[in-house]
Amino acid sequence: MTSTQINDLVTRAEQYAQSHDLSLSTVSRKLLNDGKGLSRLKSGGQLTLKTLDSAFDKLAALEAETAIPVTAGDADADRGIGQVISPEVLTHLDRLEAESIHIMREVAAEAENPVMLYSVGKDSAVMLHLAMKAFYPSKPPFPLMHVDTTWKFRDMIKFRDTIAKDLGLDLIVHINEEGVRQGVGPFTHGSQLHTDVMKTQSLKMALDKYKFDAAFGGARRDEEKSRAKERIFSFRSAQHSWDPKNQRPELWNIYNTRINNNESIRVFPLSNWTELDIWQYIYKEKIPIVPLYFAAERPVVERDGVLIMVDDDRMELAPGETPQMKSVRFRTLGCYPLTGAIESDADTLPQIIQEMLLTSTSERQGRVIDHDAAASMEKKKQEGYF
Amino acid sequence: MAHQSALIEKDVLVYLQDHENKSFLRFITCGSVDDGKSTLIGRLLYDSKMIFEDQLSALEADSKKQGTQGNKIDFALLLDGLAAEREQGITIDVAYRFFSTDKRKFIVADTPGHEQYTRNMATGASTAELAVILIDARRGVLTQTRRHSYIASLLGIKHVVVAVNKMDLVGFDKEVFDAIETEYDTFAKDLGFKSIVCMPMSALEGDNIITKSNRTPWYKGAPLLPYLETIDVSSDLSDAPFRMPVQWVNRPNLDFRGFSGTIASGMVRPGDEVVVLPSAKRSTVERVVTHDGDLDRGVADQAVTLTLTDEIDISRGDVICAGQSPAEQTDQFAAHLLWMHDEALLPGRQYILKTANRMIPATVTELKHKINVNTLDHQSGKTLELNEVGVCNLSTSRPIAFDPYQDNRATGSFILIDRQSNATIGVGMIDFSLRRAQNVHWQALEVDKTARAALKHQKPCVLWFTGLSGSGKSTVANLVEKRLHDMGRHTYTLDGDNVRHGLNKDLGFTDADRVENIRRVGETSKLLVDAGMIVLVSFISPFVSERRMARELVDDGEFIEVYISTPLEVCEQRDVKGLYAKARRGEIKNFTGIDSAYEPPENAEIDIDTSEIAAERAAADIIRYLEDNGYLEG
Repeated sequence: MTSTQINDLVTRAEQYAQSHDLSLSTVSRKLLNDGKGLSRLKSGGQLTLKTLDSAFDKLAALEAETAIPVTAGDADADRGIGQVISPEVLTHLDRLEAESIHIMREVAAEAENPVMLYSVGKDSAVMLHLAMKAFYPSKPPFPLMHVDTTWKFRDMIKFRDTIAKDLGLDLIVHINEEGVRQGVGPFTHGSQLHTDVMKTQSLKMALDKYKFDAAFGGARRDEEKSRAKERIFSFRSAQHSWDPKNQRPELWNIYNTRINNNESIRVFPLSNWTELDIWQYIYKEKIPIVPLYFAAERPVVERDGVLIMVDDDRMELAPGETPQMKSVRFRTLGCYPLTGAIESDADTLPQIIQEMLLTSTSERQGRVIDHDAAASMEKKKQEGYF
Repeated sequence: MAHQSALIEKDVLVYLQDHENKSFLRFITCGSVDDGKSTLIGRLLYDSKMIFEDQLSALEADSKKQGTQGNKIDFALLLDGLAAEREQGITIDVAYRFFSTDKRKFIVADTPGHEQYTRNMATGASTAELAVILIDARRGVLTQTRRHSYIASLLGIKHVVVAVNKMDLVGFDKEVFDAIETEYDTFAKDLGFKSIVCMPMSALEGDNIITKSNRTPWYKGAPLLPYLETIDVSSDLSDAPFRMPVQWVNRPNLDFRGFSGTIASGMVRPGDEVVVLPSAKRSTVERVVTHDGDLDRGVADQAVTLTLTDEIDISRGDVICAGQSPAEQTDQFAAHLLWMHDEALLPGRQYILKTANRMIPATVTELKHKINVNTLDHQSGKTLELNEVGVCNLSTSRPIAFDPYQDNRATGSFILIDRQSNATIGVGMIDFSLRRAQNVHWQALEVDKTARAALKHQKPCVLWFTGLSGSGKSTVANLVEKRLHDMGRHTYTLDGDNVRHGLNKDLGFTDADRVENIRRVGETSKLLVDAGMIVLVSFISPFVSERRMARELVDDGEFIEVYISTPLEVCEQRDVKGLYAKARRGEIKNFTGIDSAYEPPENAEIDIDTSEIAAERAAADIIRYLEDNGYLEG
């Protein structure tokens, strides 16, 4: 039912655009307050009923207008679309958004060669959305980089390429080819070695290769204890190591961006966001995320109490192991052999948020690599893990 | 994270709507070691159900292994995230924690108690609106209580909760509590807090944290969490005049030129008149642009992009201000400085000062007095050590726009960065301008540097000779000056003989005095360059920072660093004045090369080793350099 309504909306919007000599993105912005909204709907995107209703109302109002079509071009047409009323009081999400934007602009202004590490997950989705906002109407003045371990879910790769193309951003995909030649993978080499070679070492190689002096990451302080102590501008030696006892004081919103040769900075614009803030913001801003976050029937096997999805035929099944179709989703995304699924029927954002709020375990629980000693993340970070 | 679970299960959309409209409070907890700060935060997280089951089971395991509470849960372990902290059982660095209730979202910075981590407490305080200061009921108001209260007030926190903790250990005795409250109020009355509330509590046992304790029937106030949920900390920031430091010029194409930044105070609407500092050019706001659409107004703390109706030159570092009440501008001001680094402050040394959006060279010209953070007494001193606070005069190389810190945290604060290590070594809060710098323009004289130099047929410059004692600096400099004089050029030489005996006779050989010595020599050479002269400076000048400072005093291309790189063994062997021998015998202290460092130049224009070439050859090489680079034309 909804999909016919969406088709109807898109068709009418296209007709309106054509007859008024407007681009589809302009109409999209008028209807959905989002220039890419209609093109996403065309390629199978979804939206809430509430938004759909309001888009129809706005479209009807536009169609009813008898005014002479605007022909002065996109920029002028955009300015006609009425102003957004500012809130009386900024909410906590407004403040978090402003803080993140401030951080990104500071890096763009002062770093010589910044990059945004894009992991394709929900935090990266929010970070990228904030970057689009921070520099609007310009594009973010830095490329995206994905460190591909070659073991990511196939849906992640598809999503990554679509997003980069839709937003018109440069995407660098870095793969540790030496690791690939040696056949390093989680099944054959274990999670620790695989993560070290294909992720940590690969990232260091990529940063050295492109000589990036500042790299954005989507880490949050609520994720883990040593993250809670890390600065927003986190300084790395030429060997990419983090010295937790020698961090620069970080006061107000004044960030010291000066570095010596070969040193670099990791910048965490989402430091002060929580998991709930991320989901709430995705919902409020209608940010597209990888479908794996939503529940669907997927083939999984249970290993050591963790549900692993059989994403490709590189996963060898043990004797007696048969993939079962179960309704599952993922709370975090990484290499598929290392990422546990949860059984769930939540296939809308509100349902996911509901499930997250009612759950009693933290999100990193699904990550196989964190099940080490308490200080393991701190140790990994000292070795150069992001 | 199972709070409000009834509503979440029933109607998650309503819950989300509520959550989206929550307000926001950032606070810090401080107090001395063992007052129970981490326990208090752990308790807040635990009781507001912000701890997940897997975290709790990890915590229970850690508590048995490393905890200090027997078989009870040690909440401190939840917060002390660094391995060193858990091992030593102390908090070293600020930890940020997040929790929310039905009404508010909180960010709490747990700050260390030890005096050696005062700087970390200041870090947490700089973004907080409220401080929870813990006091151990058995010990009362301590030195640390005073220090933390002072640092909180220095960093501009206006609201304080005094949590008199461990009341269970004094039998919830009202008299103990009353005595502490009276003592604290007396001490804190001059610190400028808008509100001070004392609460009796036991963080370990949960008294007066979430709900009123029945063990303190005499306490009429609210428990901690309900109080934090409702206190109004809104500042006057939104009523203050409009300020927006420009972070980034937004120029996607030739048709759009916007100025992106975070609004530091006040409000801005299309049509408002604004003035841009430092140029003092005026214009009118055309649009308040965001990705979500143009705003009818932008308010404090929002990140926006402004376009103006006029094409005026604006760049990063400028501040856009309300037309009727612009910020002040100055290049000399008084400020409170908190020193953050092991290497002490050296008045006269050039540092980099960074404000919200601007980096410029600056020096502390005078340390007026230090403040004893424990007693608040004023003390005299020549330097600031780690964690010390002082009132200073600073001078910047160009004027900056500012507001006094007590009026505006965002436009009244700055950090100081070391030029060598790039470390953040100090932070400052501007008190007031020492003069109205905008009134002191350099007189645009008819006879200027170019005119004076043209008359002398030369391009003025500084030949800065640096190197060890006995390396041959003065010998070579004298030969160069003789040759230039023979060629009819106008020169002057500054060296130890003519400066140390007059201008700088009040200075000794400590690091601080060496810095001041070079600063004065640098300023003198700048005047001589302005007079059109070729200046020869011959000083050991051992530190890279001071040589760079001298370089930056004059224009590009006017500073020629001549490194006389004769090795130490050769200099010591020559020992013309017998100084090395004395230094080796310990009769001279702080002798460069022996017990005081010499930092060789990284990119000297000219490098000469007099153990390899004769002084006359060296002088000829320098003259050729001047000729080749056009200094002797005109």
